[in-house]
Amino acid sequence: MDSINIRSFGQKLKAYKRSSLSLILFLLVIVSTILTIGILLFLIGYIMIKGIPNIKPELFQWEYNTLNMSLMPALINTVIMTFISLLIAVPIAVFSAIYLVEYAKRGNRLVGIIRITAETLSGIPSIVYGLFGLLFFVTALGWGMSLLAGAFTLSIMILPLVMRTAEEALKAVPDSYREGSFGLGAGKLRTVFRIVLPSAMPGILAGIILGIGRIVGESAALIYTAGTVAEIPKGRDFLFDSTRTLSVHMYALTSEGLYINQSYATAVILFIIVVLINWLSGFIAKKLSKA
Amino acid sequence: MKAIFFAAACTSILAVALICLFLFINGVPAVAKIGIFDFLFGKTWKPNNTPPSFGILPMILGSIYVTAGAVVIGVPVGILTAVFMARYCPKRLYCILKPAINLLAGIPSIVYGFFGLVVIVPFIRDTFGGTGSSMLTASILLGIMILPTIVGVSESAIRAVPQSYYEGGLALGASHERSIFFVMLPAAKSGIMAAVVLGIGRAIGETMAVIMVAGNQARMPAGLLKGVRTLTANIIIEMGYAAELHREALIATAVVLFVFILLINLLLSLLKRRTG
Repeated sequence: MDSINIRSFGQKLKAYKRSSLSLILFLLVIVSTILTIGILLFLIGYIMIKGIPNIKPELFQWEYNTLNMSLMPALINTVIMTFISLLIAVPIAVFSAIYLVEYAKRGNRLVGIIRITAETLSGIPSIVYGLFGLLFFVTALGWGMSLLAGAFTLSIMILPLVMRTAEEALKAVPDSYREGSFGLGAGKLRTVFRIVLPSAMPGILAGIILGIGRIVGESAALIYTAGTVAEIPKGRDFLFDSTRTLSVHMYALTSEGLYINQSYATAVILFIIVVLINWLSGFIAKKLSKA
Repeated sequence: MKAIFFAAACTSILAVALICLFLFINGVPAVAKIGIFDFLFGKTWKPNNTPPSFGILPMILGSIYVTAGAVVIGVPVGILTAVFMARYCPKRLYCILKPAINLLAGIPSIVYGFFGLVVIVPFIRDTFGGTGSSMLTASILLGIMILPTIVGVSESAIRAVPQSYYEGGLALGASHERSIFFVMLPAAKSGIMAAVVLGIGRAIGETMAVIMVAGNQARMPAGLLKGVRTLTANIIIEMGYAAELHREALIATAVVLFVFILLINLLLSLLKRRTG
């Protein structure tokens, strides 16, 4: 079929000569694409060129002070924050996906409501999450601006994302797997945990990585829930210490306006993390499609 | 064990319920105190005056204008890029472009904001004069930020149109472009509309990038090259030191934003239903 549609360059040129509208549309398409990719390349190039020379060893000192403006505590806090948020969000997301795919009956009204609420959650802007976190976790539950309040806020935020990808991954597991497992005498629960979940793992993992990407990049939801203290939380009550993640750190640097070079460097680090996360997610998804 | 799965599934319902509850309980009394008309249509926001005035019309208009600007800039470029991705792109190039678009979606908004601050703001200042932190700057930046959403969703909408539509167009003597723009795009209309609505949702909710480039003056929007404050910016800038009625008024601002988002979501689900 496709071989009929192949035209030589000369034929294309002739066709464009006949119809100027086609030519204009074609040019518009090309210009737009170049614009989109050009913006991306310019953004990457600009930040890299300005930022890489500013990555200096003192940015990675353990203690933050106004002399070194170290981003190390913020980097470590980001890891801790990501870990705790995932610890809360992933089991809930995966379990609800299991309920939706494996247990809920077709046409169940509750399933419809769950889908609608998940969609609503994914549309809520991060500042509204931040405000909710401030009202609920920080004030009503009395946790103060803390690691825990921030992590809970973020975990609600990434819940719909992880849930949807997990749901799709579970749906993609062929029914024959389940039937085979039942045929061998396994119960429902054993089938879910031993057969369905392992086969759906790459898809679920890709969703979790996307969630990590959102956590790392988030700032608006964290400023009033986790606060902006640039220290690594310590001691027994570390969950209730105020912390800043890398994105919030960058916001603090930029809004003060005095540390523009350090902001460039932080932007580079953030950017590298995002590229790594994207690559990892794509890599796992590719593995999934091959398997 | 089924009960645990069920409980987990109900978490999202609980979360939405809690968010609604806490926002409305904390925000609605303020609206009642200020008066709903004075709050929504009041033209001055001066929380520190005596007596204070809490009119958020400047911010509502600010959000609407900036979002409209982002749509004007981002949507045509986004849809045309989606057309390229779906109908022109050779497979080899696609393997590079698709991850690039995904990367554009993954860049944190704070990095976009910083980019706007160091590149777009000086550019606007040098080209058009003024301070550079303006409605135009914010619109351009948001236009860039909604690009990946628009490209991704419209591309899959265009891909969902059966190939026979395109071939039918060719068979009737239309060129490649005419078949795409006058046969396939109309067929993908509701999917593309959904992309635009998603983009609007992203633009109206964006906070960090906007506050770095928009100027944030709490007054009625005065022109493309003048500073503007959005609903989101109003919340994040003043929440740190606000108290009592001022604080409640800010939460009520979030309620207004939330209602906007709910309306957008409603529109989106209607569009999705039409797509089937």
